[in-house]
Amino acid sequence: MLHELESEKLGPHGPAVTQAISSCVHCGFCLPTCPTYQLLGEEENSPRGRIFLMKEVLEGELKPADIADSIDKCLGCAACMTACPSGVNYDQLLTGYRHLKHARTRTWLQRVRDFMVHSTLPYAERFRWAIRMGRLFKPFARLVPATIRPMLELLPDRLPAKAEWPSLTKVEGRRRGRVVLLTGCAQDVLAPRITKAAISVLVRNGVEVVIPPGQGCCGALSWHAGRASVAAKMASDLLQRIPQDVDAVLTTTAGCGSTLKEYSHVTTGTPAHQQGIWLEQHVKDVCEYLDELGLTQPAGLPRLMRVAYHDACHLLHAQKVGQAPRRLLGKIKNLQLVELPSAGSCCGSAGSYNIEQPGLAEVLGRDKSREILRTEVHAVATGNIGCMVQLQRHLRESSNNPPPVWHTIEVLERAYRPRSLTEMDSGAQMSPTVS
Amino acid sequence: MPLNSPTIAGAEFLAKLRELYPPERVLTKRGQLAAYESDGLTVFQSRPMAVVVPNDIEEISATLKLCQTYGVPYVPRGSGTSLSGGCVPHAEGIVIALNRMNRILQVDPLQCTAVVEPGVINLEISKAASHYGLYYAPDPSSQIVCTIGGNLAFNAGGAHCLKYGMTSNHVLGAKVVLPDGEIVMLGDASLEHVGPDLMGMFVGSEGLFGIAVEITVRLLPKPAAFHTVLVGYAGMKAAGDAVAQIVASGLLPGALEIMDSLSMEAATRAVGVEYPVGAKAVLIVELDGTTETVEIEKLQLQRLLEASAATATLVAANAEQRAKIWKGRKSAFSAVGLISPDFLVQDCVVPRTKLGQVLEEIEQLSLESGLRVANVFHAGDGNLHPLILFDGREPGALERAEALSAKIIRLCIQHGGSITGEHGVGMEKREFMPDLFGNSDVEFMRQLRRALDPQEVSNRGKMFPDMEAPSLRLVGLHPLESQGIASRM
Ligand SMILES: Cc1cc2nc3c(=O)[nH]c(=O)nc-3n(C[C@H](O)[C@H](O)[C@H](O)COP(=O)(O)OP(=O)(O)OC[C@H]3O[C@@H](n4cnc5c(N)ncnc54)[C@H](O)[C@@H]3O)c2cc1C
Ligand code: SF4
Ligand code: SF4
Repeated sequence: MLHELESEKLGPHGPAVTQAISSCVHCGFCLPTCPTYQLLGEEENSPRGRIFLMKEVLEGELKPADIADSIDKCLGCAACMTACPSGVNYDQLLTGYRHLKHARTRTWLQRVRDFMVHSTLPYAERFRWAIRMGRLFKPFARLVPATIRPMLELLPDRLPAKAEWPSLTKVEGRRRGRVVLLTGCAQDVLAPRITKAAISVLVRNGVEVVIPPGQGCCGALSWHAGRASVAAKMASDLLQRIPQDVDAVLTTTAGCGSTLKEYSHVTTGTPAHQQGIWLEQHVKDVCEYLDELGLTQPAGLPRLMRVAYHDACHLLHAQKVGQAPRRLLGKIKNLQLVELPSAGSCCGSAGSYNIEQPGLAEVLGRDKSREILRTEVHAVATGNIGCMVQLQRHLRESSNNPPPVWHTIEVLERAYRPRSLTEMDSGAQMSPTVS
Repeated sequence: MPLNSPTIAGAEFLAKLRELYPPERVLTKRGQLAAYESDGLTVFQSRPMAVVVPNDIEEISATLKLCQTYGVPYVPRGSGTSLSGGCVPHAEGIVIALNRMNRILQVDPLQCTAVVEPGVINLEISKAASHYGLYYAPDPSSQIVCTIGGNLAFNAGGAHCLKYGMTSNHVLGAKVVLPDGEIVMLGDASLEHVGPDLMGMFVGSEGLFGIAVEITVRLLPKPAAFHTVLVGYAGMKAAGDAVAQIVASGLLPGALEIMDSLSMEAATRAVGVEYPVGAKAVLIVELDGTTETVEIEKLQLQRLLEASAATATLVAANAEQRAKIWKGRKSAFSAVGLISPDFLVQDCVVPRTKLGQVLEEIEQLSLESGLRVANVFHAGDGNLHPLILFDGREPGALERAEALSAKIIRLCIQHGGSITGEHGVGMEKREFMPDLFGNSDVEFMRQLRRALDPQEVSNRGKMFPDMEAPSLRLVGLHPLESQGIASRM
């Protein structure tokens, strides 16, 4: 599209923003894959509509408030990027736009909620504390104003014990690699068992694992919300702690992975820029890494299990990692991989979306979980803690005997020790709230 | 008065509209309306007074009655992929967005028909019918997004229309809400319809005769076999001549498509398809049908290609390779966005025998104007889609692109062709109608239109040359264009 924007005047986001707008040809090929368009059938809630509207605001034709609703409803799932034949980088446009303009046209309750999300979720200790506090209020969820209620409803019933990680786990026998493993912030509180499984699978595959102590948040949540300076600060802090004498830096959280893969962008104009570039070149999702390395054959499962794989948007669409996890799961004997009819479409988790746009997130989560139940699988595998929490909750609501939701790496870990089947059968035990 | 603030009659109309729809389906906020400003041809922009999103036929009928009463123009909208400004709103009118009416009502595997709502996406019909070994044949490149209603209005075609025909050959009947709100049935579920071909009249009417709300389409058995070949040529003329020879031989392939080097470059960058090294043009030939016929035709085709000036021939070895070839072809249009900041797309038709010559003349015009022209088109039926590449930030570039585009159209008319193959007249080509048909024919068409819609509320401002336009005119620059705000992609 033609536009009147001057890249230089838009600051560090300028080039990405103008590039995305000029490469959009308004063809609409992205429409059918956009979850909000599928649900609402309105142009303002389609990727093409949003790109056009953001352009209008940046040009001064519209006010940020005019399009706030449309932007707030966007899941940031990046499905539109996969569909776009013209290479529009919607993700960078959205991040840039949020940073430049996103209207603070919110009610005070919404602002309280945003504050609570952004000042707790990325900080493990505060998050742990907030969950404990929140749980006290959970029984009163119905009395709490609608804007804040979803946060309470998503809170887990129990928290696993706080995990202490070894700073180095060596391998026995031949060493095939050496990596840094990031533990994530919210994930480390909600489901440290994912990190545990990742260490175990990596070590079995001859990969030495370094876990730098004191890791904080990678800044993903802030980055996507357009809080660029907070994100840059978090990124610098994290980068200081990461040693560079490794083959790769791994993450088990798709949402973090997609931001880590943009670190050169996140750290632009800060002293950590060079390190940011290094990290961007070395960061990989744990499945991506294992797939490239070549998985040593796991023992497999003692009994046939049907497992549905759910693509986390930030893995499939933002990082283009779709086949690697499927190939890894495909190597497990007695595991039958089930494709969901709506594969590739968002479950409504999308970062903190299920907190910010509960209505749409509800519908997406419910539809996805009902579809999973119809496929009659024994379990669901996915690559992101947010999706796990969202799916788990909706599966429980739709079924008395819901299949458990695991991280892909957990399924692999169990395939290396086949006696774990009884453990796998029990959905309740495997909920992300228990380690 | 701020833009789009309704007049007193308008306000009354809006109030009545709000009685018909729940609040979330009457859109009137600035941001909501702005999103509907244009279709696939972004040079035409105009904000409507309101947008409604109906759920059923009764709502549509009631809405049209209201529009009649108040003389408010309306435009039906599918996915807004029209490339001729067909669904650009009227500033004093409303948009009727049909996207929630996207249910497939019935698939009848015995009759080989499907009944669908207008907002159903073209490809979804084939997906639903696939289970029975059937598919919906017309396959515009935009088939993953465009709606059946929009296809009907524009008589959309696609790569395989050479053998199977356009939308008009595949729509058997439709329930239509006429401009005055009356619900009628045109055609019926059979191929041998008696009486005047009213369905035929409606298909291609660009939303001027009302809104199709329930459409019965024909389904075909999926071909058992395909044979898809990518043939490289040293130039466009050689590729064009090969097409003429193939068709003249009596062989009727499912599809015959040409791409030039620029569109190949774009497709390679967008979806990673690889083309024969050094080829300046490629021809995609696809044979389809029963295994036996394809086997025989394969040999016939091989002989024809050997006799042509082909420099390389690649046969798709499996379904995956075939899909890749088509992916490259179907995404080429949008992919041009990767090699040029802006472009205009033209849609015109020339007799097949003139293909080679016209392509050379277009190349000449391109050289003269200093603008690159990418060509990717339905060669089998002589339907050209020259894409004129330019950089809108360069002063005067858009004007030169426009001028070149108009020259190409005139060139096609001179060679006995037509001003549109499938993208429709819409707003873009109204001025060319008399060139093609003559004034008396155009007048007759208008009388027919007034017979159904005396106030001309239905998609006002489209198709007829001298009508008051919703926003602007084609020839020359629109104010938005001169300010560099608008583009024709
Ligand atoms: C990348 C790209 C490639 C394309 N390739 C092709 C191609 O190969 N072949 C081809 O033919 N076209 C092609 N097109 C053009 C476009 O996709 C077609 O014209 C298509 O039929 C439009 O469908 P739509 O749902 O987007 O309709 P819209 O653009 O929303 O509307 C088109 C017209 O139909 C009217 N209309 C919509 N629904 C109804 C209804 N239910 N009843 C009455 N009138 C209605 C509208 O008022 C408007 O005048 C392409 C477009 C793009 C962007
Ligand atoms: S598919 Fe890409 S180019 Fe087309 S409208 Fe969507 S974002 Fe724009
Ligand atoms: S990121 Fe997801 S929700 Fe947002 S516009 Fe793209 S597809 Fe739609």
